[in-house]
Amino acid sequence: MWGLGFVFVFLVLLLLFAILGKKKKAIFREIPAFKQLINAIGLAVEEGKQVHFSLGRGSVNGPESTSSFIGLSVLERIGNVTCTSDFPVVATTGEGALGILTQDVLRASFRGSKGEYRYDTTLAQISGLTPFSYAVGTMRPVMDERVSVNVLMGHYGSEVAFIGDAIGRGHSFGLAGSDSLVAQALMYATVQETLIGEEYFASGAYLGAGNMHLASLRTQDVFRWMLVLIILIGSALKLMGVL
Amino acid sequence: MRRVLKAPISTAIAIAVGLVVLVGYFFPFPLLDGLLQVALLPWALILAAVALWIGVLNLLYVHWRKVRERQKGSIYSGVLVLALLLTTMIGVGLGLNNTWAGRLFTYVQIPIEMSLMAVLAVSLVYACVRLLYRRFNLFTVVFALTVFLVLLSSVPLPFGELPFLSDTLRPWIAEVLTVGGARGVLLGVALGTVATGLRILTGSDRPYGG
Repeated sequence: MWGLGFVFVFLVLLLLFAILGKKKKAIFREIPAFKQLINAIGLAVEEGKQVHFSLGRGSVNGPESTSSFIGLSVLERIGNVTCTSDFPVVATTGEGALGILTQDVLRASFRGSKGEYRYDTTLAQISGLTPFSYAVGTMRPVMDERVSVNVLMGHYGSEVAFIGDAIGRGHSFGLAGSDSLVAQALMYATVQETLIGEEYFASGAYLGAGNMHLASLRTQDVFRWMLVLIILIGSALKLMGVL
Repeated sequence: MRRVLKAPISTAIAIAVGLVVLVGYFFPFPLLDGLLQVALLPWALILAAVALWIGVLNLLYVHWRKVRERQKGSIYSGVLVLALLLTTMIGVGLGLNNTWAGRLFTYVQIPIEMSLMAVLAVSLVYACVRLLYRRFNLFTVVFALTVFLVLLSSVPLPFGELPFLSDTLRPWIAEVLTVGGARGVLLGVALGTVATGLRILTGSDRPYGG
């Protein structure tokens, strides 16, 4: 029952912040990675370069699905910006169902800009269906001379080091984020800009994906402060020998 | 017109299925369990299998096109297409329990994956060194120093274990600092996961239906 109560309170706060947030301007703490990403994408569109987006190999019906959904939200934003350029964003995935959703998201971006006839099915590629084959298959678009921005957002394992290493060896801008702790550590070592922990889940809010993303960020902040208080009180009680 | 009709249906289906699964997780209703096991689970399995086939076809199409258009590196795409067709023929034609199918996994797939694991260690060491050149700040120094200390205290040395490093410092780093930091990050990830799940459930995030 505690779990259900937690979800219920979370949902109420989320909806409340969504309603109140329409009137209030959001103020964010600065995360340089997002600023650099927006600049790099703008530059890529102007210079006729391409953006590569890797969505990882997380399934859409497992616990890692939320990580894939965050990636899809960001891909939608980047797709909307780049679909009118000469070289629209190219996306790679390592899972069948995620590949279908990627096709759908990119097609919707083209449809939104009245250019569905320009949509090419090879813009959403499934580059491998096992962890290492996915990493090796993704290294090709990463190292493509036309690509000047590489974004890794999704669920990965240790194989992400290969993709990160390929980004590091080139001259393109790289931004990476994941729900996996192993992947976050490897991304930090290999990729230019890394999103750690909750920063990854704030991507939608920072990239202007809508009011609900801002509301969920505010709700997470409320719960984060509550957790901090609970941890501090618990530690104090433990030190005093009460617990 | 298609967009107007399509989105509400997909959204309604996604919200309904999400709610059924969420309620089934918290309340063990026999009727709900039956619905999940009899209807939704087989559908999910069939969908996953079909999605896998679509994935294989997409992979084949992308690389076949690279070969046909003679793009840069199309030789690798050609090898991939040939290997994929050969493996499919052996797997489907002779069956997965066949000796040849087994040999493909034992003598091709497994050695390739093991070699990549070995290369991974080398590329990580290289990446760690490059990190110090690329982003030299306090966090990078702490990161590299921790990697060095943990490696030094974990590898077998000719003169045995290093005192203090192996028996005190490494366990302290692994059991106190790492676990504490990882829990902090995981709490953030858990809150983000709940928020994303609820956005999907309320239909405000729709990574389906265009």
